[in-house]
Amino acid sequence: MTDATQDMPDASRRHASLVAVDARTERRNRAEKRFQYYGIAAIVAGILFLVMLVVAILSNGLPAFQRSVVSIDFTLTQEQFDEAESATLKTRVYTDFFIESLTARLNENGIDAEFDGKRVERILGKVGGTLRKHYRANPQDIGQPTRFDLPASSRIDRYLKGTFDRSGIGEGNRFIMPGDLDFADALKVAGVLTQSFDWNFITGVDTGVDNAGGAGIGASVLGSFMMMIVVLVLSLPIGVAASIYLEEFAPKNRFTDLIEVNISNLAAVPSIVFGILGLAVFIQFMGLPQSAPLVGGLVLTLMTLPTIIISTRASLKAVPPSIREAALGIGASKMQAVFHHVLPLAMPGILTGTIIGLAQALGETAPLLLIGMVGFVARYPDTFLGGFEGPNSAMPAQIYNWASRSDVVFTEKAWGGIIVLLIFLLSMNILAIILRRRFERRW
Amino acid sequence: MPLYWLILIVLAMAAVGYVMGRSRALASAGGNPRGLHSLPAYYGYNVALTVLTPAFGLLIVWLIAQPLLIDRMVSAQIPDSSISDGSNRSLVMSDVRRVAEGLGILVSEGGVSEEEVADMRTDFTDLRERLGEVGVALGSNVQPFVLAAAQDYRGMARTGTVLMWGMILLVALVGFAVSMMKTKADFRARNTVEQGVTILLIGAATVAIMTTIGILFSLIFNTIEFFRIYPFADFFFGLTWNPSFSGRGGSSELGIVPLLWGTFYISLVALIVAVPIGLFAAIYLSEYASPKVRAFTKPMLEILAGIPTIVYGLFALLTVGPILVSVFGKDTVGWMSGGTAVMTAGLVMGIMLIPFVSSLSDDIINAVPQAMRDGSYGLGATQSETIRQVVLPAALPGIVGAILLAASRAIGETMIVVLGAGAAARLSLNPFEAMTTVTAKIVSQLTGDSDFASPEALVAFALGTTLFVITLGLNVLALYIVRKYREQYE
Repeated sequence: MTDATQDMPDASRRHASLVAVDARTERRNRAEKRFQYYGIAAIVAGILFLVMLVVAILSNGLPAFQRSVVSIDFTLTQEQFDEAESATLKTRVYTDFFIESLTARLNENGIDAEFDGKRVERILGKVGGTLRKHYRANPQDIGQPTRFDLPASSRIDRYLKGTFDRSGIGEGNRFIMPGDLDFADALKVAGVLTQSFDWNFITGVDTGVDNAGGAGIGASVLGSFMMMIVVLVLSLPIGVAASIYLEEFAPKNRFTDLIEVNISNLAAVPSIVFGILGLAVFIQFMGLPQSAPLVGGLVLTLMTLPTIIISTRASLKAVPPSIREAALGIGASKMQAVFHHVLPLAMPGILTGTIIGLAQALGETAPLLLIGMVGFVARYPDTFLGGFEGPNSAMPAQIYNWASRSDVVFTEKAWGGIIVLLIFLLSMNILAIILRRRFERRW
Repeated sequence: MPLYWLILIVLAMAAVGYVMGRSRALASAGGNPRGLHSLPAYYGYNVALTVLTPAFGLLIVWLIAQPLLIDRMVSAQIPDSSISDGSNRSLVMSDVRRVAEGLGILVSEGGVSEEEVADMRTDFTDLRERLGEVGVALGSNVQPFVLAAAQDYRGMARTGTVLMWGMILLVALVGFAVSMMKTKADFRARNTVEQGVTILLIGAATVAIMTTIGILFSLIFNTIEFFRIYPFADFFFGLTWNPSFSGRGGSSELGIVPLLWGTFYISLVALIVAVPIGLFAAIYLSEYASPKVRAFTKPMLEILAGIPTIVYGLFALLTVGPILVSVFGKDTVGWMSGGTAVMTAGLVMGIMLIPFVSSLSDDIINAVPQAMRDGSYGLGATQSETIRQVVLPAALPGIVGAILLAASRAIGETMIVVLGAGAAARLSLNPFEAMTTVTAKIVSQLTGDSDFASPEALVAFALGTTLFVITLGLNVLALYIVRKYREQYE
């Protein structure tokens, strides 16, 4: 520790051997090794945390992309249709037909299973209603074999994914009974109950608690996309213009200093404060609509601007002065030198910075909570332009919304949403890296 | 007619102006560009800019000013006598706006004509039901004066919009005409355009200042409003945080001390995790690691910084919390009763801050001149002795700055604490208990349908001001230290 400086060589050490290592050197070497191990341990810890995070995301989130479906070829004759439509409990009759057909299908596979309408309802929901709706809307399918893909209930779904087992079924549970799981196993053996990719999760909209399994992230992806359009349209021109002014034209004076100090401080303001700004200025003062992607985009623009300005200035600075001088030398004005020569050369760097800024904005949640983008949004906007002002959610806000509900199915959806969000972030960052690799010039 | 059309029309005028300005300039020089003062395109740009800039400037000002003006005028019409007890002017005005919005929907979707809307009387029409049908839910029946105000409101808004269209098109046309008249061979188009562009550039640069002003404005005004209805001392020195949920009761206790305690406790745990790991990682990467290891490890650690905080929040709530409960919970030592705790949020926030500390320290350690290391080696010190006794002391101010920046991040972090730290405000030393922070309470007080005039909602702005001052102070201090230190070696 302090030996190198304090313990000056004394008489006894002067006679020590050059070949044999003495105790003190050994101690110092051990300390050296130990110090290195601390460093390695720190790095290993960091990477271990990263691995834990990735494992947690993948193991919890991937099941959200799968759903369990009962696929069955079902034929309804004209007589059956008439019979069902004339009955008092119409959907009940449809359910009975479905049970017949399913039993026949199971018998083909040599499986003998007993089940009733209640069990079908627990596993597949209101099948009769679905069938009736289909045949009333598509009368040409009557008499033809038609394929139905009926999503299984969330508990059966989780049973097949291995996150739900018999011990989770209490006495008198009206949602599921142990026998249902045996029946699900039988259906699986017969090849009727299968797991498939859940497109609905990608394209669908948020749902209430009664249909947790049907919730999708589609509408909030659109909301995030709209915000990103607003951010891009506003922050790229403003950011580039501000950087050009500060880097190329600004005289050194109080005003410029003030702007510089402002930008570096804004970059460090907590994101929630920008949310307060959005709430007070855009919603309370200007009267813009709550929960609108337009307002979200404005807030995120203000948040991203410092990042974009800082990176743009760095790439403008990287263009060597000889380029400017050459342009000025052949008679270009200062403005022409900047816009015709410096800016195009700095463009790859500017775009890279912008994409990274956008990626940051895409993952930001806290300001969106304050401007009300966490509401329950169960439909797509009617028109694209109208969607900017109408209520919508955004991916991170939707994930937060799901995470704060108590149903386990929504937890799974939240993890799945994180995978979708990270895929977007990853592709944006990869795009930025490719841009930098391909177009970045080293002078 | 939506606003997009107006914008498109002005843009189209600018495009036409560009083409016409360019050809007019060329024609005035007899088709020979050499006879012009500037390149032909500059004459076009001049016309386009003169059309666009004033028109869009006016549009922005108008869009901000019109609702404010109309609000004020309509609000002045409502007599004080019609505002009932327990209500106030701003509540009535929000009713008026809702009714006006509903009437607008009635016209666009409900097949009601403008004249019918203008003639509506509360005695003849059940407005509440009609508006409910088109999706505008009202809390009570519409009072006659509210309907009258709403009709006025709509009328003024319609007049205002028509006026806005007229004025903006006029401004664009005038710009078009004036700049076309100026377009002659000896007009200094380039100089004019460049001056205009410089002004636009300066305008863009001032957005940063405007943002800061906006932040200060929104924080300070509402904070003053808050302190008008809630005593200053109770907020800063109150030891309990217990807002009433009813909204307008005076029984809320809004002391910031437990929130600040939670914030600092969680940040402390986060720094205890992040600083040793981040610092040792930075030392290893900058002093020991081979270029290959460095090229792989540094980006890996920086991935941690690119992950959105909502992911960390979920990780805290659903992964780290349950793991901590299984280690310290009832089954073992019984220190922890629920997954959300100071420890949970602090640990996860620490993970988030590792790359922050490591890359900042890495830069600072690399900035220490090699000559200082070489001198130390020359005296016979081992590498670790050199790092501990030469490099780190030299880099210390910078590292302190980096830690302060990390602390400011931790204090301002929201999503991890909203999801991972719990909602109970308490003053306790046990890190396995749930506590809450300033940021988490800002979120909980401002989300939902709170009335913005109540102390329960306004307190969020006072919390925001406190947060802003603390983080800004830490940042300024950190930047000062870092800058001061950098100058030593440059």
